[in-house]
Amino acid sequence: MNWTWFHRLGSPPHIYKLAGTLTPWFAWSAALLITYGLIGGVVLAPTDYQQKDAYRIIYVHAPSAWLSLMIYTTMAVSAAIGLIWRMKVAHALAAACAPIGAWFTVAALGTGMLWGKPMWGAYWAWDPRLTAELVLLFLYMGYMGLRAGIEDTQRADRASAVLAIVGVINVPIVKYSVEWWNSLHQSASVMKMGKPDIVPEMLIPLLVMFVGFTLLFAALVLIRLRAEILRRERAASWLRAEVLA
Amino acid sequence: MQPVLFFVIVTTMFPLALSPELSRLRDVAPGVLWVAALLSSLLALEFLFRDDAQDGTLEQFALSGQSLTWLLFAKTFSHWLLTGLPLAIVAPISAGALGVDFGAMPGVIASLALGSFGLSLIGAIGAGLTLGVQRGGVLLSLLTLPLAVPILIFGARATELAIYREPYGAPLYLLAALAVLGLTLAPLGAAAAVRIGLE
Repeated sequence: MNWTWFHRLGSPPHIYKLAGTLTPWFAWSAALLITYGLIGGVVLAPTDYQQKDAYRIIYVHAPSAWLSLMIYTTMAVSAAIGLIWRMKVAHALAAACAPIGAWFTVAALGTGMLWGKPMWGAYWAWDPRLTAELVLLFLYMGYMGLRAGIEDTQRADRASAVLAIVGVINVPIVKYSVEWWNSLHQSASVMKMGKPDIVPEMLIPLLVMFVGFTLLFAALVLIRLRAEILRRERAASWLRAEVLA
Repeated sequence: MQPVLFFVIVTTMFPLALSPELSRLRDVAPGVLWVAALLSSLLALEFLFRDDAQDGTLEQFALSGQSLTWLLFAKTFSHWLLTGLPLAIVAPISAGALGVDFGAMPGVIASLALGSFGLSLIGAIGAGLTLGVQRGGVLLSLLTLPLAVPILIFGARATELAIYREPYGAPLYLLAALAVLGLTLAPLGAAAAVRIGLE
């Protein structure tokens, strides 16, 4: 088997060009899917018999929450790759992930609070899942703070990588908190073995939103990755040629 | 000595701010004791590696050919002996001042001793990571506090159960489990962090 394509993933010029090519594809398919998912979820899907129309916030809330965890895992894995194989691009990817992940965490918490007010009667409850998600936000903040605090990029990369790996312990806690503790948060109705608990008219837009949000993340992270490579390779001759071309 | 003094003074602030009523103070005592312990251990962590980094001792550690993991574990352990353990020993005084009965003290001491040990271990990673950072104290708190949440939850729970004279074994075991987890993994993380800091 030919492994050149894999080794080329470690080369900044290659990734810079590849990210540039891929971004519009991800961005447009994300735009299409999110538009479809929003219309399907907010307009067409039937009203829930118990939660009425308030449940519709799930179309933003659940994909954001999924991304908040997925992005952290992506960040930790690429940080670990960067730490172990000293791959510059992997560190750049981890750096690009953090602010996006933090904002999706804010989105998940914010939409959850808006939903919590009519449903639970309070914006916030000190519930395991909510608290763990908040801790996730703090971890993102700490990660970004550590990056900002160390001037030398390489040292910042490696130090923040250690932190990202240590913090990964929180991911399973958020994911399974609903099952481990008697949480106020409802358990998953979609990601279940066998038959999901919701009707297809509700389910399909939700799944579309999951894919759409993930593609949106892919587009955003590639844009940030390009910016990150620009900053890191500012002295490189290939970049000069690339920008002037 | 300073972290212990800080702990005592902070816990003294609560009766002044809240109300001198002992029954009310007893209800908030677990939270007060644990948050004060957390803050004072953070305060102490700033000095865990700082002086050794400045005078080159850490570099000698790294170059000595001995395992840096073990050396840093020894360093963290002695740090706990000098800051965490005294905190657990003076805790009954603060707890008593908050209206906690004498019978609850073994639980208070045991939970704080185990918890502060875990905090020192987790904090060693944060202290290693913030080695090269100017004014890293706030950053150190930002890194360590989210990771300290489980210790805070189980520690405060054990203390609370002890105060209400209920069996507090379960949270104490969980606290011990966290300390063991920290004992196994944290020195490795701290060694990795210190190596990066020395580069």
